[in-house]
Amino acid sequence: MLQVEGVSKRFGDFTALDGITMDVPPGQVFGLLGPNGAGKTTLIRIITRITGPDEGRVLLDGKPMRDADVARMGYLPEERGLYKKMKVGEQALYLARLKGLTKADATKRLKAWFERWGIDGWWNKKVEELSKGMAQKVQFITTVLHEPKLIILDEPFSGFDPINADLIRNEIIRLRNEGVTVMLSTHSMPSVEELCDNIGLIDKARLMLHGNVKEIRKQYATNTYRIEYDGNRVALGNALSFTGELVGAEDRDDHHMARVRIAKGSTVNDVLRQLLPTVAIHGVQEEVPRMHDIFIRAVSEHQPENMVVGMTE
Amino acid sequence: MNKTRLIIWREFTTRVRKPSFLIMTILGPLLIAGGILAMAWIGSQESTKHQVLVIDTEGVIGRRLEDTDKVSFFIDGNQWPDSVFKASPYTIRINLLPDVLNDPKADLYYKTVPSEFVMSHIRNQLDKTIELARLKKEQIDPEAFERIRKPVDIDSFDIEKVGTQSYAQERAMIGFFFGYFMFIFIFMYGVQVMRGVMEEKQNRVVEVLISSVKPFQLMMGKIIGIALVGFTQFILWIVITGTLTVVGMSVLGADRYDPSELAQQGMTTEVRDQLIKQQMPAADSGFDQEKVADIIKQVNIPLVLVTFLFYFICGYLLYSSLLAAIGSAVDSETDTQQFMFPVTLPMIIAIIVAQIAVMNPASPAVIWCSFIPFTSPIVMMVRVAMGSAPLWQLLLSMGLLVITFIGTTWLAGRIYRTGILMYGKKISWKELGKWLFYKG
Repeated sequence: MLQVEGVSKRFGDFTALDGITMDVPPGQVFGLLGPNGAGKTTLIRIITRITGPDEGRVLLDGKPMRDADVARMGYLPEERGLYKKMKVGEQALYLARLKGLTKADATKRLKAWFERWGIDGWWNKKVEELSKGMAQKVQFITTVLHEPKLIILDEPFSGFDPINADLIRNEIIRLRNEGVTVMLSTHSMPSVEELCDNIGLIDKARLMLHGNVKEIRKQYATNTYRIEYDGNRVALGNALSFTGELVGAEDRDDHHMARVRIAKGSTVNDVLRQLLPTVAIHGVQEEVPRMHDIFIRAVSEHQPENMVVGMTE
Repeated sequence: MNKTRLIIWREFTTRVRKPSFLIMTILGPLLIAGGILAMAWIGSQESTKHQVLVIDTEGVIGRRLEDTDKVSFFIDGNQWPDSVFKASPYTIRINLLPDVLNDPKADLYYKTVPSEFVMSHIRNQLDKTIELARLKKEQIDPEAFERIRKPVDIDSFDIEKVGTQSYAQERAMIGFFFGYFMFIFIFMYGVQVMRGVMEEKQNRVVEVLISSVKPFQLMMGKIIGIALVGFTQFILWIVITGTLTVVGMSVLGADRYDPSELAQQGMTTEVRDQLIKQQMPAADSGFDQEKVADIIKQVNIPLVLVTFLFYFICGYLLYSSLLAAIGSAVDSETDTQQFMFPVTLPMIIAIIVAQIAVMNPASPAVIWCSFIPFTSPIVMMVRVAMGSAPLWQLLLSMGLLVITFIGTTWLAGRIYRTGILMYGKKISWKELGKWLFYKG
């Protein structure tokens, strides 16, 4: 769907993006991750043609992107606002018409969305009467109203309570099921695990990680298993011998859990074979690293030399 | 509807529908008309009636001083002690100083401060009466003196247009009026453009808009939309002010504002003399319609209107694009100061030079400023109304203005598109310069 090829962007002496190449497959949710100031917003602005790259290019469906393609995209910026003095309906209509919808078409679609979310009462309210979360809902609607094939959401969950965050999450899933490609940037790692098929992680203007979420998590796996057992912990430790190493343990009432890192050359089966005579095994589960940990590891491996001031982050 | 038109439409409708627009549209003319009428009314009212006691120990006042309904004169040859004056009903005491005929001086003591109208009437009467006394002393016939004293009346003519009297000064005033109007408009609405840009930036609306429209479209849409608001407001103002003034004048009675009466009461002698001199030829024809018609005939009205519209629009585009760029670069109103000054300075210079142009149209400063695009709209307006600008100069000035406004709009567009997305940075001139060279 979307390919970013060797994109670099500099502002004076400051490098915001340095040779970013990534691929956003169609019909999936792509997570753009990275610490504050990493260059995510700059990359999104290049994709949405708000600014141009110094080097590299962006391809849409294999063809270099043109200005006209912007109409096929929906972009929800991180820093988003509405005209305070305008009425909600009027403003949504204005934004929709700027996207190229006709007045009649935009009105029809907006009414449908407002009804579906049960916010028809807002139509004649002024934006300044809305709470931040309410305004964000309106902004989300105007982002997707023209039924774009590619939706780019910068921090879509910020400013939402859990109920509304779920509402947005469900909309994202619904859109993806309809074949829309979604690119979202977020700091909420649980949402990444839940929603994203692929990710790209940017830090210090460079792409640090890129690929399928499941594969990345597997790749970062430390070959550690959580073993629930009944018996003596010291005996368990001794029984492991060369097949593995006890890296952590939890004891709660009758429930014992040991975290075992399997040694090189051994398998979980070898470990279990060693343990079976000593303790009673209740359960075994591989410890898949959370995105949270992967994020921290990826970023801290690439330590900051100095503070960076980015464009908006 | 095309995007720029949609933006213009939004800028226009949201502003015109604001209660403040309605209030300003109705209140503005009311304030202006009310102000004019109130000033005329207050000026014509004198709260206290003055009893003026003139102490004339040398007996120079030979004839009665003329009273008005606000001022009555009484003459006494004896000195009045202050305590007696204080206790008396007189409100003003004038002591003619010794040797007043050779060295005309007087001291005036008042109980309440007399108005300028009263003062000038007193001055006027004393002048006349002392003049008469001095004529008598020199044994000059006053009637002969009146004949001798006639000032030279100079009528000027353009050699190219012999037969018509040239009212260059009056025509320049018409140009100045147009120029001043332009100045007010450009400033008022230019600042509105700046505020509008800042509002969008502070609200972060611009982040949302910028994904569907080009920054340049956004900027131009705002500039044009606000210009239309301004046009609408000014047209309404002219209509309402005109109506109110006509109605007000007919209610209050126009005769009260007869300029010759005003001159007699209020103006200094020189101005009065000048005014009366100007009134003289008109006195027979009732009012000065002939002269007004002459001036209007001399002003090339279609040319003035065309130049006015041209400079008005181009000047507004020039300044409002610069102000839009400033609005986009800063985070808050307080940061605008350092950038506002260099933008407003040329406008202020233009107004000053336009005033010079009324007096001295051939001054090199005036000629130069009528070419420099930042001052030319206002200054050239005066020159065109005066008819002192050859066609080639006018065309050159217009051409330079067009080239410059295209240039500034382009520059402003480049600053704008970077500025609107840049927060929390202290912006310097150097920084702005860098933005010009960022790649799209």
